[in-house]
Amino acid sequence: MNAPETQPQTSAWSIYRAIVGIGVFCALVIVIVFQSTADRIRQNQERFLAAAISEVLPASKSTIAVTLSDGGRLAATTETLALPVFLAYDEDSRLVGAVLAAEGMGYQDNIRVLYSYSFDKNAIVGFKILDSKETPGLGDRVEIEPHFIANFEALDVRLNSNGDKLDHEIMTVKQGEKTEPWQVDGITGATITSEAIGNLLNESAKAWIPVLERDAMSIEVTPGGGQ
Amino acid sequence: MATKQVTPTDEFVKGLWRDNPVFVQVLGMCPALAVSNTAMNALAMGLATTFVLLMSGLSVSLLRNFIPREARIVSFICIIATFVTSVDYLIMAISLELHRALGAFIALIVVNCLILGRAEAFASKNRPGRALLDGLGMGIGFTLALLFIGVVREILGSGSIFGFAVLPDTFQTWTVMVLPSGGFFAMALWLLIVNRLKQRETEAAKQTKRALS
Amino acid sequence: MSKLQKFLEIGSSPHISSGASVDVIMRNVFIALLPVCVFSVYAFGIAALLVLATATLSCVITEDVLCRTTGKPSTVGDWSVAITGVLYGLTLPPDLPLWMVAVGGIFAVGVGKFMFGGLGCNAFNPALVGRAFLQAAFPQAMTHWSLPFADNRFSDLPGSILAFPFSEPVYDAVTAATPLARMKFEAIQAENPELLWGLTSGSAGETCAVLIFLGGVYLVARNMMNWRIPISIMLTVSIITWVFMQIDPVTYPRPAFMLFSGGLMLGAVFMATDMVASPITNAGCWLYGFLIGALIVVIRFWGAMPEGVMYAILLANAVSPHIDNLIRPRVFGTGKGAG
Repeated sequence: MNAPETQPQTSAWSIYRAIVGIGVFCALVIVIVFQSTADRIRQNQERFLAAAISEVLPASKSTIAVTLSDGGRLAATTETLALPVFLAYDEDSRLVGAVLAAEGMGYQDNIRVLYSYSFDKNAIVGFKILDSKETPGLGDRVEIEPHFIANFEALDVRLNSNGDKLDHEIMTVKQGEKTEPWQVDGITGATITSEAIGNLLNESAKAWIPVLERDAMSIEVTPGGGQ
Repeated sequence: MATKQVTPTDEFVKGLWRDNPVFVQVLGMCPALAVSNTAMNALAMGLATTFVLLMSGLSVSLLRNFIPREARIVSFICIIATFVTSVDYLIMAISLELHRALGAFIALIVVNCLILGRAEAFASKNRPGRALLDGLGMGIGFTLALLFIGVVREILGSGSIFGFAVLPDTFQTWTVMVLPSGGFFAMALWLLIVNRLKQRETEAAKQTKRALS
Repeated sequence: MSKLQKFLEIGSSPHISSGASVDVIMRNVFIALLPVCVFSVYAFGIAALLVLATATLSCVITEDVLCRTTGKPSTVGDWSVAITGVLYGLTLPPDLPLWMVAVGGIFAVGVGKFMFGGLGCNAFNPALVGRAFLQAAFPQAMTHWSLPFADNRFSDLPGSILAFPFSEPVYDAVTAATPLARMKFEAIQAENPELLWGLTSGSAGETCAVLIFLGGVYLVARNMMNWRIPISIMLTVSIITWVFMQIDPVTYPRPAFMLFSGGLMLGAVFMATDMVASPITNAGCWLYGFLIGALIVVIRFWGAMPEGVMYAILLANAVSPHIDNLIRPRVFGTGKGAG
């Protein structure tokens, strides 16, 4: 504790000089690194999303990001949304389906998924978990359990006769008790996670599928657009 | 012994075994326990930390006469945070999957006391060359220690090393080793082994001393 | 040389006023446990017998080996480690692969008991330490329950039990959810007689509440157990549950269900009363029991898992020295200043 007394007092000026100088130096380093990596990072993100889209909807060759416009109509967008929705087209620019991101609370943290909807089958036909922190060995079995993944080969989400609501809401049932095409066969030991996935799909499907069915055909396909 | 010149090699080697940051100094426990669930994550975390150690050590050493004593902590933290942010961008540019696996722990390199400790105790008092050697030694020592923990956890927790299955499919994985608590078990196991070896080393040294006198 | 002298002082337990030696007490605990073990084998067949035997053997052998390698006199002869082994076996699912039983037993004694200094020094109940490790390491196997009173329980062994060491068990037998799991996930409450006489599925030794209770009564009658701890736990659980049942009888079960289901009886009578890991003073024991009871209710009602007795007891073990510090009058507080 005697050290400060024996040492000469540093002038305030040199302290300011050091702090400001280091601030400038640090800012410079960060700007350089950010500038030189920005392109690569964007490419990585696009590649990641494109790979995920073609995984849940292999027929998709190009996509258009869509969102709800102010009037409640579907419209193409160029913004990057937290939960993007895409219309997917094949080589001949025919609509083959939609790919939607959805999010919901799981057992540990939010689960983010990507799923695809087929206009022909009126069903969810592809599913991939983008992000989950579920318990290893229990909750994370939703990513590997074959009978659970099989739920999303054709999960019925047809609309009612008015076209404004799902005919049947998606619901998770106990393992081995699936009897209807709109039910999700759950996993024993991962009850909460499998129910969370059923719920988040139901919420997303309820909100989006009526809109997609109504407006998807009217979206103009710009040649060469999308990814 | 005491008057012997510290050679550059010594500066490098001390971090590997004698003053190993994880197994001897027990510094940087947060990443060592949290991100060592697979060998790959451990390696990436170790390399990222090594990079930050090297760059911050070099910068602190170069600027050591420019930074007054009173402002040293804020300056060191600022420099370390800069390189942590850089390494965050670099990892994102290399692989998004890796970035996702390391998660919040990249940002937390900034509070790894190992880095601030080396800046304060070594880099701010030595020439850039020595600071680099010291940072490299400590960084490699840290990486190796994480890798040791990571390999044990990945074998038991997933039956693989670096993602390659090394055990038959019928192997029952030990979920606990993937969870954070598994880090404590694997760490304790290695500490046990390292301390046993160190104990033997000192005993052997004592015996040779006795034989000489 | 100034040493860092900051120890948490943990006194040894004056529970035993009779002055009985360790092996006499342990022999009596063994007698109290015997009916529970016999019933467990009767209900779950040879599988339970094998699990109990493996659990006991793995604990005893680990203790012996560790004593020998560290040059201490072997403490196997005083029965305490055998009791730990039997208790540990009673908390396991009866069709758990034997290699997992052995791993948990080694962990229970090695980490739960020996690392803290052996007999009389363990901060946590070693049997529960072993079980907690298995629960974290093999959550699937540890939540797989076989049907009690299966017809072939004395002739056939479940395939899972003889799984090759370190390989994944393959289950062939019918599974049955425990009463607590059914309560949690399906809101079905088991009837009192079922729970009392042990007709439900569950861990090997937790199903028959009556026999466990009788074992406890025997130990209390011989003045070898602090009755305040189990009574405090049961009272706490009953009162809290009763209050919640009055508020919402649909969501919350009746007190009797809470008392007689799961590991509550076994935990309250044989685990929480671990002489080393529980508080010393009588007032401390009441508080300790209250803490366990409250934690059990919290975990069972609002936790993600159906059962919480194990974690409740382990957490209370961790604070029991602090309970003593809190309760002990300052006059006797040799811990302060003396260090």
